[in-house]
Amino acid sequence: MDYEGLRETAREMRINILRMIHCAKSGHTGGSLSAADLMTALYFHVMEHRPGEPEWPGRDRFVLSKGHAAPALYSALAMRGYFDAKELMTLRRLNSRLQGHPDMLRTRGVNASSGSLGQGLSIANGMAMGLRLDGNEAAVFVMLGDGENQEGQVWEAAMTAAHFRLGKVLAIVDNNGLQIDGAVKDVMGIEPLAQKWDSFGWDVETVDGHDFGRIIPALLRVRKKGLHDRPSVVIARTIKGKGASVFEGKAKYHGVAPSDQELEAALQELGEV
Amino acid sequence: MELLGTRDVYGEVLLELGRKNRNIVALDADLSGSTMTKLFAKEFPERFFNIGVAEQDMTGTAAGLALAGKIPFVSSFAIFASGRAWEQVRQAIAYPRLNVKIVASHGGICVGEDGASHQTVEDLGLMRIIPNMTVIVPADGVEMRSIMQTAVETAGPFFIRTSRMKFPVIYSNGASFRIGKGDVVREGKDLTVIALGLMVSEAKAAAEVLARKGISARVVNMSCLKPIDRELIAGCARETGAVVTAEEHSVIGGLGSAVAEILSETYPVPVRMVGVKDRFGTSGTAPELLDYYGLTSRDIVSAAEEVLARKG
Repeated sequence: MDYEGLRETAREMRINILRMIHCAKSGHTGGSLSAADLMTALYFHVMEHRPGEPEWPGRDRFVLSKGHAAPALYSALAMRGYFDAKELMTLRRLNSRLQGHPDMLRTRGVNASSGSLGQGLSIANGMAMGLRLDGNEAAVFVMLGDGENQEGQVWEAAMTAAHFRLGKVLAIVDNNGLQIDGAVKDVMGIEPLAQKWDSFGWDVETVDGHDFGRIIPALLRVRKKGLHDRPSVVIARTIKGKGASVFEGKAKYHGVAPSDQELEAALQELGEV
Repeated sequence: MELLGTRDVYGEVLLELGRKNRNIVALDADLSGSTMTKLFAKEFPERFFNIGVAEQDMTGTAAGLALAGKIPFVSSFAIFASGRAWEQVRQAIAYPRLNVKIVASHGGICVGEDGASHQTVEDLGLMRIIPNMTVIVPADGVEMRSIMQTAVETAGPFFIRTSRMKFPVIYSNGASFRIGKGDVVREGKDLTVIALGLMVSEAKAAAEVLARKGISARVVNMSCLKPIDRELIAGCARETGAVVTAEEHSVIGGLGSAVAEILSETYPVPVRMVGVKDRFGTSGTAPELLDYYGLTSRDIVSAAEEVLARKG
């Protein structure tokens, strides 16, 4: 898909995200919107996968370690045909297949359950180790929040990926600078983030996480990696709530659903009304 | 009396199973010489992952390996495998029902001289409370072999506790472990002693002493703590009218709790729990500690006499 097509797809994804969280009356608006372009790049351009065959062994894997961005993942899966887009409006309801945080046993196309922060990179590493034993060259993508870098397990896993030279692991940090309680730098500083990952033995690239011209080549670098290479991390500078100015750059929309008026304003801005 | 280490059997059987099944992989957190995964590591270095002193990462990594179709065996000391990595076990393994086998060594207090930090009287409770988990404590090395076979053949998360100390062999004629089934290792009619792990042989010794006093004690090996054999427990209560539980674990949350939960709902009879009474461990030799915490056949005999008095 060309960049223009990706931008249009991301616009549709943001509309889905806003509508489903509004409908559910709860959910993580800001971090879903900040990840929308990255998610679009993964599911509509970068990843090899077959919506008609979710367990295809050759597929690239994706672990949403920042599981609270589930609305972005569910939108991507529905838009790629893993399930009917109408189901998006069942988000967070009793008996819905779309749980508040991803549940691989319920949702077609979800490769790993997540939600408790800090655990996804370990899971991605294990996947890469297992695939490598079988000579499978599929890539394993994992998306972390920036606040999530405060979890100690992330750094245990960062050591593991470098130690075992898991070249097919590519981590993406959705670096929107905000977490529930405020700015990441105020809550618990994580900088210098690029230097930290570098010193843990990773190839680091920092990009504008809303510019497909930068995102796509950064993610595709994993294809050039061997099975026994240094792991890669893409630090994607993003804006929390991106696409709807009412939510942009505001920590308070980390875990708050849009009101009726906010939804209307946002949809207008996204050219949907 | 023949002695066999459950962790030694683990190391041997893991290696044997690994030779037959290429999908078996093993992970350890810098304790492979103690948990006995070192035997597997030596023969299959490419299928062994030493994650270093990082139990949480090890547990998540095992989940990922299971997602890639492998059968990961994860080992550390029981307190770290169950406690340090508890939430990783819950979220990454049990919730998605992944095929990960946690085989944790150095369970209980007979870890000995290392003391409270490395002993655990909480692991069985911590694991039993998690949905989808199967929790097993072998009564001897022979049963451990059978348990390992079952674990490989059965999909889903398992927690299996082994010990540093060698156990007396109970099943010298072979064991056939079954998930969800307890095993009556001695018949009796006056009361039932339900035990697991090392305490099964202590219970058998207690039954001998009780027999000399004219008391007929049934002994049940409840190696499968979860899913637990409700029918057998209720049946023993109905048939013998009194129950003693015995475990190398806190009386809170482990076997005693599980039996009491079932009997209170099915067939209430007097129950007495032999176990660690809400205390941390301490340094000492294993036999000294079993005596200090009241985990010997003598303690089971006293508990049996007390519970019989209440039976009336």
